[in-house]
Amino acid sequence: MASELNRLTIAEASSKLRARAITATQLTRDCLERIAAAEPRLHAFITVCEKESLEQARAADARLAAGNAPALCGIPLGIKDIYATRGVRTTCASRILETFVPPFDATVIERLRADGAIFIGKTNMDEFAMGSSTENSAFGATLNPHDTARVAGGSSGGSAAAVAAHECLGSLGTDTGGSIREPASFCGVVGIKPTYSRASRYGVVAYASSLDQVGPFAKSVRDAAIILRTLAGKDARDSTCSARLVPDYERALTGDVQGLRIGVPREYFVEGMQPEVEKSVRSALKNYESLGASTVEISLPHTGYAIAAYYLVATAEASANLARYDGIRFGLRVSAEDNIALYEMTRAQGFGAEVKRRIMLGTFALSAGYYDAYYLKGQKVRTLIRNDFERAFEQCDLIVTPVAPTTAFKIGEKMNDPLTMYLSDIFTISVNLAGLPGMSIPCGHDSNNLPIGMQLIAPPFAEETILRAGDAFERTGAFQPRTPAV
Amino acid sequence: MNREAYEAVIGLEVHTHLLTRSKLFCGCSTTFGAEPNENVCPVCMGMPGVLPVLNRRAVELAIRTGLAAHCAIAPYSIFDRKSYFYPDLPKGYQISQYETPVCKGGYIDLPATENGETRRIGLTRIHIEEDAGKNIHGENASLVDFNRSGVPLIEIVSEPDLRSAEDAGSYLRQLRAILRYVDASDGKMEEGSFRCDCNVSIRKRGSKEYGVRTEIKNLNSFRFVEDAIEHEVERQIAIVESGGKVAQETHLWDPARKQTRPMRSKEYANDYRYFPEPDLPPLIVPPEMVEQVRASMPELPADRKARYVREGLTEYEAGVLIADRDVADYFEATLPGIKNRKSAANWVMTEVLRVARDSDKPFGEAVPAAAEVGALLRMVEAQKISLNAAKTAFAAMVKSGNGADATVAELGLAQVSDEGAIAAACDKILAAEPEKVAEYRAGRDKLFGFFVGAVMKAMGGKANPKMINDVLRAKLAG
Repeated sequence: MASELNRLTIAEASSKLRARAITATQLTRDCLERIAAAEPRLHAFITVCEKESLEQARAADARLAAGNAPALCGIPLGIKDIYATRGVRTTCASRILETFVPPFDATVIERLRADGAIFIGKTNMDEFAMGSSTENSAFGATLNPHDTARVAGGSSGGSAAAVAAHECLGSLGTDTGGSIREPASFCGVVGIKPTYSRASRYGVVAYASSLDQVGPFAKSVRDAAIILRTLAGKDARDSTCSARLVPDYERALTGDVQGLRIGVPREYFVEGMQPEVEKSVRSALKNYESLGASTVEISLPHTGYAIAAYYLVATAEASANLARYDGIRFGLRVSAEDNIALYEMTRAQGFGAEVKRRIMLGTFALSAGYYDAYYLKGQKVRTLIRNDFERAFEQCDLIVTPVAPTTAFKIGEKMNDPLTMYLSDIFTISVNLAGLPGMSIPCGHDSNNLPIGMQLIAPPFAEETILRAGDAFERTGAFQPRTPAV
Repeated sequence: MNREAYEAVIGLEVHTHLLTRSKLFCGCSTTFGAEPNENVCPVCMGMPGVLPVLNRRAVELAIRTGLAAHCAIAPYSIFDRKSYFYPDLPKGYQISQYETPVCKGGYIDLPATENGETRRIGLTRIHIEEDAGKNIHGENASLVDFNRSGVPLIEIVSEPDLRSAEDAGSYLRQLRAILRYVDASDGKMEEGSFRCDCNVSIRKRGSKEYGVRTEIKNLNSFRFVEDAIEHEVERQIAIVESGGKVAQETHLWDPARKQTRPMRSKEYANDYRYFPEPDLPPLIVPPEMVEQVRASMPELPADRKARYVREGLTEYEAGVLIADRDVADYFEATLPGIKNRKSAANWVMTEVLRVARDSDKPFGEAVPAAAEVGALLRMVEAQKISLNAAKTAFAAMVKSGNGADATVAELGLAQVSDEGAIAAACDKILAAEPEKVAEYRAGRDKLFGFFVGAVMKAMGGKANPKMINDVLRAKLAG
């Protein structure tokens, strides 16, 4: 009988590890056992690092024995397969990188390594982070632990499902248009996308450089704060990374939201959304009011243009970012008569349908004669959306919205209809366009027992406000997350 | 064909490597001549997830060049991605500057031609970009060397102010001198650190309209630029003279056949899909940075030339010396303790430059150290050696690499300035030639040279000639 240490939160495990009540090796073994049992039904991982993680666990135990180990020392984490991990293949869920083993670590991986965190495996995702369901993985979809007929969300679906199913204690995702928050919502875990530039993107395979941001998944807001503290901070290798000092996020978790002004944007409660989603979020708002916060209706008038702007800007950047997969230096190469044919065959066979669709969209948006009408227009809309938020934050400290219009949808339900799929991100995309921090925390279940997520959005670098409010909601106990079916 | 009825209108786009130790966006070395793919890292190999970090020194060198060429330095400029597929381009895009170059406007003054004409060539812009790697084609395979990938370049774009191949050559030499003066570039053509695209059109002399232009791409030496322009101007005149129209095309120069050939449109008609590089913040150059760079600027060629003329050299002498910064620096290094700058200038222009021209080595290695040549010149001024002896010593120093003192001593070239010894030798000669002394005194002045030669011979050629003159004149007068 397994000890099931994998069910602990990071905060719990960390104090037991430091008290030498448990060992990192035991904890890692429990996670590996859980992975062995759950993976056939979930497919949250592309690569499980059994040998490496046990080696890391031994090193962590030695460090824990010596005393003064950091909070993440000995904590097994799942890493989205978009992070470069030295010596461990990094596929981005694409055939084109199926065999790619990076010779370097992403900066945030380096930092976690320095803290003694354990990398239990590389998690599944939509290919190159393009998607909202993890169905676009070249290696097969990740299934939702609460209902395996449903998607885990995406693009960081593997990282969300792995935490929900206790395959690891926390995980890393990336969020370009909602890729942390939407799967967190679908799987019933906490997921935070910090302010753009708060954490280094070095070594994180780029999808849309001006929108991509790294962030953690965890079982609690406190755990998310612990991981985020290690991820955040300046990096000499990322010129877009902020040099602003990183606060101790855990200290922000005071439980006090007295006087907090919460904005509720009328554009985010739309016709056609699942009624239970609105009900849960409204009920959470009542909870905040009972804690002494106030709510105010606000307007974000350009919300309706966000998806269009996003699919111009993100795909344009992606079309250039993905040009490096040409079969010349690494990854898949399909040999052919000449260079041009080599590129064409390699990319035709290496990329999946959604990636090709977005490369073509982006290439078109940047083409001579179309740049002003598409890419430039998209960037202008982005400014309008950013201005919307700036004005809104004159009236409030925090904005609360649903994360997605629905709970997790069925596998295959939207695969043949990209536009409907794109609408899954309707409430999350504006946050990326404006570069703001946003978090998804579980706030309810629908009649099918599927988790509902609430999104907390704050001004740039106000992660502490989000974390404090999220933690305060958790403490009310108004909503108890249910154990997933798997 | 009425060649004289036409004038050429030429603009040049020059790419040159910047002399930084590390690459534009990563820490890899820029050293030329390393083993293939030795100076590479994940960043300049375009691996997934890597990001560029701008090299500050490259920006400073671009600004130095801009200041030397009288450009306006942009307080705000951005980098853009220029997309195209090629095996030597690891990211599938080049990071360059498109709409906002770091330097705008400016000009370069060409040196006066033989008929004294001076010309000012306008610059459009100077921008910073990264170089690509190099494809190496074998029989059965092509290989790529990424050592050059990410090496910083500047592109210097001139206005269409040049009118001939000679103009173009003069402009390029002047540009190279400036680049070398400000330490922006070593100007070493043979290592691929210089590439030039030429835009060429012709028009009837006196016309203000521009003709249809052709672009000649990828010329990698001054010679090729001049030859290609010469050829292209002739080709266009022949077309127009025969009633035809010049097509707007891109050509490649074939140096072996000395002719251009049009490229297929597929080879150059790219849609580069420029857009702002999201991985780099805007390049902000505050006025203080411009002033710092300006304060660190060395004296520019035109200023140096003016100073040399003020200090007593002719325009011509000054022009020869400043053409190459190494030569001018060498000249100045010979000067300490020298009274006559002109003789030092002549020495450098004749003796030193001849040795340099005859050598395959770079200037600094081909010639003796400037301090040693200075020492030699000081000995001449102090009359310790004769000018001829100095030339003998210099030739020996070139071969041996020894210093001036050692060489003069070793070859026994020191001049005898002992008045007693010279007087004794004079007395001896005059005593031996009483008849010639009488003839001289009777008015045959020409015999003076005979006495000088005889004394010099008697003293083994090492006597101070001026002293012989003085002593002889006194004795013959008496």
